[in-house]
Amino acid sequence: MNRFAALIDALVFMPSRNGKIRLLVEHFATAPDPERGWALAALTGALSFREAKPAAVRELAATRVDPELLALSYDYVGDLAETVALIWPERPERANSLPPSLNEVVEGLQAAKRGQVMGLVESWLDTLDSSGRFALLKLITGALRIGVSARLAKTALAEWGKAARPEVSVDDVEEVWHGLTAPYTELFAWLEGRAEQPATGVGAGFRPMMLSHPLEEEDRAALDPAAYAAEWKWDGIRVQLVARGGERRLYSRTGDDVSGAFPDIVDHMSFDAVLDGELLVARDGVVAPFNDLQQRLNRKTVTAQMLRDGPAWVRLYDILFDGGEDLRGLSFVERRARLERWYEAVRPRRMDLSPLVPFGGWDELVAMREGARENGIEGLMLKRRDSAYLAGRPKGPWFKWKRGALTLDTVMMYAQRGHGKRSSYYSDYTFGVWRGEELVPVGKAYSGFTDAELIELDRWVRNHTTRRYGPVREVEAGLVLEVAFDSVHPSTRHKSGLAMRFPRVHRIRWDKPAQEADRLETLAAMVV
Amino acid sequence: MSAAHQSNPDRPHPDRWIKVLPEGLYVEPGGFYIDPVRPVERAVVTHGHSDHARPGNHNVLATPGTLAIMRQRMGAGVGGSLQALEYGEGLTIGGVRVRLVPAGHVLGSAQVVLEHAGSRVVVSGDYKRRLDRTCAPFEPVPCDVFVTEATFGLPVFRHPPDLGEVGKLLHSMALFPERSHVVGVYALGKCQRLITLLRAAGYDRPIWLHGALEPLCRLYSDWGVELGELRPATVAAKEDLKGALVLAPPAAVADRWARRLADPVVAVASGWMRVRQRARQRGVELPLVISDHADWDELCRTLEDVGAPEVWVTHGREEALVHYATSRGIRARALALIGFEDEDSEGISEKAGEGEAP
Repeated sequence: MNRFAALIDALVFMPSRNGKIRLLVEHFATAPDPERGWALAALTGALSFREAKPAAVRELAATRVDPELLALSYDYVGDLAETVALIWPERPERANSLPPSLNEVVEGLQAAKRGQVMGLVESWLDTLDSSGRFALLKLITGALRIGVSARLAKTALAEWGKAARPEVSVDDVEEVWHGLTAPYTELFAWLEGRAEQPATGVGAGFRPMMLSHPLEEEDRAALDPAAYAAEWKWDGIRVQLVARGGERRLYSRTGDDVSGAFPDIVDHMSFDAVLDGELLVARDGVVAPFNDLQQRLNRKTVTAQMLRDGPAWVRLYDILFDGGEDLRGLSFVERRARLERWYEAVRPRRMDLSPLVPFGGWDELVAMREGARENGIEGLMLKRRDSAYLAGRPKGPWFKWKRGALTLDTVMMYAQRGHGKRSSYYSDYTFGVWRGEELVPVGKAYSGFTDAELIELDRWVRNHTTRRYGPVREVEAGLVLEVAFDSVHPSTRHKSGLAMRFPRVHRIRWDKPAQEADRLETLAAMVV
Repeated sequence: MSAAHQSNPDRPHPDRWIKVLPEGLYVEPGGFYIDPVRPVERAVVTHGHSDHARPGNHNVLATPGTLAIMRQRMGAGVGGSLQALEYGEGLTIGGVRVRLVPAGHVLGSAQVVLEHAGSRVVVSGDYKRRLDRTCAPFEPVPCDVFVTEATFGLPVFRHPPDLGEVGKLLHSMALFPERSHVVGVYALGKCQRLITLLRAAGYDRPIWLHGALEPLCRLYSDWGVELGELRPATVAAKEDLKGALVLAPPAAVADRWARRLADPVVAVASGWMRVRQRARQRGVELPLVISDHADWDELCRTLEDVGAPEVWVTHGREEALVHYATSRGIRARALALIGFEDEDSEGISEKAGEGEAP
């Protein structure tokens, strides 16, 4: 456990991305199999252990520490594993037992029977120091949150692999990744030049998705409109539908398997293809507000009622594989033709094609983008007609061009400390607008400001606190936040009766008196 | 001493004569404030940190060490008349007996012992319990009401042994002999304490100082604290600072000032470094958990040592300490004093006046 704990500590304190890659490369080069593979699995979130859930860790800690003190500490530290690692009572003298190795921990947990896991964890916590406890708890709860994404770990793998395989890129690693399982011995063997590349494109694995850049004004000036096709940007979540070799999977943009939450889509995937589309809720072909889709996200299972109230729909954008044929090398125009032909032949239920939007020139497109206010449309997508389907976010072939945001002058009402890197800053703000003489909260925002502005906002909150409720501070009605949001919908879950879609701080109006902020009627009039 | 204040009219409960006012903690019969946050007629000051010692009071009572620090930091703005009271000496102000007792926090730091109407109240100021060669050690005084700080009042804060932390720094310097190591430290207290810890660990090379740290190091030396050879870093040649140990205010280590250093390892010496996420958000590569405040275990031990049946918590993470004290059968409440170093302020705005380079 010591080498892994040292790696985790070093990664936590390494501020630069390149420094992190260096640390990972060094670990892959020096740690033996299967230890490095378990470490990689931990970093990419591929390890999870039944029973070793945050709630169980918290419960275990509460047997050793006053639960009230544990709760206050957790609220302050903002990270459960770190809280428990720090608060766990040190043994006055170490017992003769040695701290476990990483292999011992992983194999022990995998072999543990129901009900034994937390007992094992408890015995390990008693032999480890605080760094070791931190690493162990991070490992077993499966969410490291130490500033290393799965993508960064894979980038480091490719970097390290360059010694033996100079041609390898991070996308090659991504490509084989979903066919592999921890501790990834065949992956390490390949990157060390000791074995062939593991099979790609087989099975129901996730294929890296192609993402777009926001279209800036200066980009537009340089673009030739004739080289691009346009289509609506639908307001749902991007998904990849994979139906291969009898298996069916629905993946989110980041490769998370969300099949379990959407049986109403998966049930109709009786084809052999890999498709790219937008997951929506639609009733009778009419797209519902994003809020309705939100009710169905992040669920392991769904009820019959949810399926009835919020039927899912996929609007198809692209086709990556038709049967075993990889179409990603074709141009957008060719893939689009293949997609249309495929759709005509298969006619899957609960799916339709995202129509292309014909346009003559920029002026026409600008007008369409501004005019698009109905539900479900977030703006326009521009896709280069000759572009292949590339992994990642290459600049140039695809642009997203969101319609202009709505804005509202609101008053900050409450502030809450953030999490992780922001756990000492008041960075989450509840804001409200006037209804008569009182402020009613209408939303919450935690983005849209710079680091320097965050410091000023934090200071303002601290100097204008009127009451404290645990981590939340109520502040004077004295600071106007101009909030931008994509749309607003009626909601029974909010006191104001309205819910904003994707609100963020647009400008901090240090100059504007709170009395001059907007009224609830103004917001209500923005509902479409 | 007993807790039966309410029933005895001759022995009013101390909350009848000590009040929390906007200016700070007010001792009514004596007509003075302890560590007031706004200028007042009479102030008793526990120690020289700028959130406790503020300029502009008409009369100031403090230890000679604290007065020397205040004079140096504030110059002419220090206030009207300054009165020194040595540790252990007594003085009566308006029927209140006042004594100053070492708090072990920084040079000159004191607890204020107040005796009035049959009760004894001790106001701790900031304090710690572990060895510090730069100041007199904390002295527990039995009392009826103990007024304590709680900067590190959560059980996640356990400061490891100081020499182990200094060892981490020396180890890193041996590992990266080409890189300079810059350590963020407060100008008052932490800076000088870290130097004495390094000297005690056998580090005898010159230590380079940011300009903002020099005056107080001189003051400490004048007061007999051995600091060894110190050199100004601000005017040093880049070449000289290769592999050197440089101390600077926390705000300067991540700033343009640090660019004069050769590929520096950024360290910060602070109790907050115990929490990884804190260290991380400040871009600290080498966190050193060295604090001038009591950690959780020291706070709990101090409540035992003074044996007070009642505890008031001035600032910090009050809720947890109040909860702990209550669970031990001690009456406890938070005073919610404002203006003191707020819960996380070390992470954001450094203590006023201590961060800026001249």
